[in-house]
Amino acid sequence: MIHAVLHEAKDTVAVVVVEGLTAGTELNAWIMDEDRIVQVRARQDIPIGHKVALADMAVGDTVYKYGEDIGKVVAPIQAGQHAHVHNIKTKRW
Amino acid sequence: MAIITPSTTFHGYRRDNGRVGVRNHVIVLPVDDISNAAAEAVANNIKGTLALPHPYGRLQFGEDLELHFRTLIGTGCNPNVAAVIVVGIEEGWTKRVVDGIAATGKPVAGFSIELHGDHDTIMRASKQAKEYVHYATALQREECPLSELWVSTKCGESDTTSGCGSNPTVGNAFDKLYAMGNTLVFGETSEITGGEHIVAKRCANDAVRERFMFMFNRYQDMIDRWKTSDLSESQPTKGNIAGGLTTIEEKAMGNIQKIGKKCRVDGVLDKAEMPTGKGLWFMDSSSAAAEMVTLCAASGFAVHFFPTGQGNVIGNPILPVIKICANPRTVRTMSEHIDVDTSGLLQREMDLDQAGDKLLECMLATANGRWTAAEALGHREFVLTRLFESA
Repeated sequence: MIHAVLHEAKDTVAVVVVEGLTAGTELNAWIMDEDRIVQVRARQDIPIGHKVALADMAVGDTVYKYGEDIGKVVAPIQAGQHAHVHNIKTKRW
Repeated sequence: MAIITPSTTFHGYRRDNGRVGVRNHVIVLPVDDISNAAAEAVANNIKGTLALPHPYGRLQFGEDLELHFRTLIGTGCNPNVAAVIVVGIEEGWTKRVVDGIAATGKPVAGFSIELHGDHDTIMRASKQAKEYVHYATALQREECPLSELWVSTKCGESDTTSGCGSNPTVGNAFDKLYAMGNTLVFGETSEITGGEHIVAKRCANDAVRERFMFMFNRYQDMIDRWKTSDLSESQPTKGNIAGGLTTIEEKAMGNIQKIGKKCRVDGVLDKAEMPTGKGLWFMDSSSAAAEMVTLCAASGFAVHFFPTGQGNVIGNPILPVIKICANPRTVRTMSEHIDVDTSGLLQREMDLDQAGDKLLECMLATANGRWTAAEALGHREFVLTRLFESA
């Protein structure tokens, strides 16, 4: 079963694609561009469509998705945590 | 076997100006807000006509007025429209809209209310509308090459599954249509923020690239002038954020998946401008669903691809809107709105090629006359883009 998907191996976040994902689940994260699975343990409950961090990230770090810069870290994130508006912000506007 | 080949055809309505439509509407088009009541009364009198009420058209000026005329005239010129009744408060601007539409050769007549009142205007316009319904219903569909179908795209109420599933499905279909010589458009200028370098790289030449960056920067300047925050909850929307999208850059990367991997950006349009050739066009446009789809209709597009994540329910009065969704929860909870379910993509149960073909199959059925979910549900959002205040 695929629990999360990411676009490129460089990405530091993946999208949860199953409903009701609970903390402690060992996630199969599918790298779409390479058709390869990597694993990460969820540290929190994460809703479908929301992102799970694949790496530890410090304040100021750039977040990568699609292999591209999608914003900056504004609160420390551990691999397996829910990554969203509470810890990531736009670099634009 | 490929779903579409150079010999693929569909059955459409060929208009006098050569364009091909997939619907055959007789529309009653108000020039301004105060003519809505008369326009709606005409549509109520004469079955088979469709009124397109809207809130604008008085005391607009400059670029904003030009856009108003371009949008109304473009809507009347759209090949999905067989004939047009124009109703305005006074003669001058009514005639301007009529003359613009008449250039296509299709039947169009204008009626103004001043010196007549609503009753007399409704009676005269209804008599003409009845004749137009007889004219339109006598027209027959004919076999047309697929390349004559103009296809637009804009996504809405996106979430992260849009960028992984439904938007790449559109991208795959666009790559295939581009190879067939179709005319295609995408836009949503603000929603390219963070991915503008990728679109710039896809532009066919330096002139197109410069024009694209001009449009992109013009929109950024507008946002910078008016913003009071980082736009969170507006762009991305609250619905986008509820669906898991965090930043405009992330949303933009998802948005750009709609232009596939192969097609080039061959030209750039201002809002509601008509393409002058085949290929993929970028149109400077709002990212709000109904505004953008209304602009696509005004630019002459005949079928629209609308990928959604959280479930935008939009439709358009004259442009069939095909909804594509890859979010299994949305497909389950809002199934009546979804035309093409590509949720299998996220579990590797289907690949992008299959998803793209599934969409093209739905597109051909729609072009041949099958109604989309939005049409069956009566979604007819007709929303004109405004640039600034009235005089």
